[in-house]
Amino acid sequence: MTSPTAWHTFLWVIIPYLALASFILGHIWRYRYDKFGWTTRSSQIYESKLLRIGSPMFHYGIIFVFLGHVIGLGVPKSWTEAVGLTDAWYHLMAITVGLAAAIATVGGLAILIYRRRSNNRVFGETTKLDKLMYLMLAITILAGTYATIFESALGHYDYREGISIWFRQFWTLQPDVMLMATAPPGFQIHVISAILLFAVWPFTRLVHVFTVPLGYITRPYIVYRSKDQLRQPQRRGWEQIDF
Amino acid sequence: MRVMAQMAMVMNLDKCIGCHTCSVTCKQAWTNRKGTEYVWFNNVETRPGQGYPRGYEDQEKWQGGWALSKRGKLKLKSGGKWAKLASIFSNPKLPGIEDYYEPWSYEYENLLNAPAQKHIPTAPPKSLLTGERMNIEWSANWDDDLGGTYANKDKDPMLKGIEDKVKLEFEDTFMFYLPRICEHCLNPSCAASCPSGAIYKRSEDGIVLVDQERCRGWRFCVSGCPYKKIYFNHKTGKAEKCTFCYPRIEHGEPTVCAETCVGRLRYIGLVFYDADRVTEAAATPNDQDLYEAQKDLILDPFDPEVMENAEASGIPYDWIVGAQNSPIYKLIKEYEVALPLHPEYRTMPMVWYIPPLSPIVDIVADTGYDAEDAGNLFGAIDELRIPIEYLANLFTAGDVDIVADVLRKMAAMRSYMRDINLDNAPDESIAHAVGMDGQTMQDMYRLLALAKYDERYVIPAGHSESAHDLEAIGSDCPLNFDGGPGMEDIPGAAGNADKFVGPGDKEHLKGRFNLFNWDGKGRPPGLFPEPRGA
Repeated sequence: MTSPTAWHTFLWVIIPYLALASFILGHIWRYRYDKFGWTTRSSQIYESKLLRIGSPMFHYGIIFVFLGHVIGLGVPKSWTEAVGLTDAWYHLMAITVGLAAAIATVGGLAILIYRRRSNNRVFGETTKLDKLMYLMLAITILAGTYATIFESALGHYDYREGISIWFRQFWTLQPDVMLMATAPPGFQIHVISAILLFAVWPFTRLVHVFTVPLGYITRPYIVYRSKDQLRQPQRRGWEQIDF
Repeated sequence: MRVMAQMAMVMNLDKCIGCHTCSVTCKQAWTNRKGTEYVWFNNVETRPGQGYPRGYEDQEKWQGGWALSKRGKLKLKSGGKWAKLASIFSNPKLPGIEDYYEPWSYEYENLLNAPAQKHIPTAPPKSLLTGERMNIEWSANWDDDLGGTYANKDKDPMLKGIEDKVKLEFEDTFMFYLPRICEHCLNPSCAASCPSGAIYKRSEDGIVLVDQERCRGWRFCVSGCPYKKIYFNHKTGKAEKCTFCYPRIEHGEPTVCAETCVGRLRYIGLVFYDADRVTEAAATPNDQDLYEAQKDLILDPFDPEVMENAEASGIPYDWIVGAQNSPIYKLIKEYEVALPLHPEYRTMPMVWYIPPLSPIVDIVADTGYDAEDAGNLFGAIDELRIPIEYLANLFTAGDVDIVADVLRKMAAMRSYMRDINLDNAPDESIAHAVGMDGQTMQDMYRLLALAKYDERYVIPAGHSESAHDLEAIGSDCPLNFDGGPGMEDIPGAAGNADKFVGPGDKEHLKGRFNLFNWDGKGRPPGLFPEPRGA
């Protein structure tokens, strides 16, 4: 292996950590200063027919894609081998479930983008940031699908020996740049566009991912609140100062 | 018994002339913003008619409100919590903009900028959504005064089953206006449908509000509300609704719609209800018993036990007095002339209506008979089943007897008071015929016909002593802490520094320098901290 150049370091060390900082600080900033802007900004009121097909397709697809990434990136090869899962089985599962998820995600995204462009009402409410977000989302998803099919499944690249290791090293602050620098171009484009997407994430409508209303399941149906904050039951915390 | 206070409204439909002043003033106050062009927190519908949004009362289509499960338990008609989360990516029952109407403006510029030409320039309509020119096809009150209602009569869900009979009588057009705001329900299905928990009922006065910082735009409230009184702001991506003008109510003032109502048909006041029994009442098996069940929830504010419980749950004394003087309590419980809109939705709505007698009076008068004679009116109420069936579909889940009883009371009052007006001896038998006495008849007449501003609106101001302290943190000088600079007893430069001192005459605020009174000259003592060691 050759040694990393400055360009490699910039792409696979500096940009990723800057993106991580933007992702974390951006969300904290947005949650503290722009809760009013924290919304899905749904356009269903303008158009429902295409959304009814495209949106569940895309969202359910992307949830499975996400779970696939958790397993593919988070679980080391040695672990799956330790529980007796052979490579062949692993890939069969990854490809069948992955392909179904990819078809739903890409198909859903195509429907949603077509809807956004073709319906004047929806297009009129599309901001520049939305367009940038859609572009990066599309590049990431298409590059990822291409790389998985042509560079991994049909090619010879095993991401569990490359990108996955780099990904785990990233969190221990010891990323081996060459693992990314030697990855096939499809994977490189997929990763770098995903990293840039994470950098702009907190400033787009994608923030809605972090307020998935799971609390609804356990909450009582009717919420009562006092207009007088002081009459609310006190939460655990620091001693309150009386003014 | 857990006593809670609810700010409620009653509208006397006999007095509504359909002028839309309430709608317009409400819109000017609350929804004249981008994203809310199509939103009317208050709208006035002509009935029979489709209403706004079109056909909102058809709950088989929209699945709003509550229903009973097979085991008789209360559940959201559109499905439970898991079903909601599973369909969160595309709300299956959301009305589209076309169910309301496409908002528009006109190209007024064209009137001023058009070059000299043979024909008068026009101001063509322009969509406020796309900016393109458009054909206006519908609006919030397109079928006003029965415009197009005959052609669309099959689309009024409340006419189902009686449309043929109404068709026969369409020539003697029976029509009235129905102003609608949010019902501020005791059992709000919008709040129950909100996955984020952003919609809440205020524990002080029962007003239902959307926390704009917690709403994430999942839109289930819009479909959950059977009255379709929650709207999606398509610019901000958040739900908005009638606020019962809470900033005014907190200061003891009526809502904008009530304040500006030219017919003076709205009444606002408090009622106490037993919060522990709301779910049980909402789960009453028979739809037609829901009116009684909800009426039973409302507690007698003169009952010592209720007063004691109210005090125990922190309701201030002047609010208890307010509930005792409440016109709402009188109309719902004492005279029993006000009815809830669509009790069968099981949300326990708190904006009630006195059904209109006028259509019946008109019909009697048209036949040449004396329309103020109790006997004639009673007879007509028994005869004219169709208008009464229609009213019953709106107010009592179809129970015509309750509506007929109310109309008989209104007819009796009309007749009884006519005798007094004409200096005849009042006929007590008229009052007795509807289970009332002459004095009650006169009291009810006073409330319905003469009541002045402070009788129609009995609104004890909100108690916000502690909230005011919080406000003071923002509005007071940050240097005015105990023992801080400006705390010595020195008059301001204008000589009356203490005039504005508040809140109250708190000892620790004495002598602070008040910038409101400063003439801007010199360096008055107390304005700046003393130099150290001086």
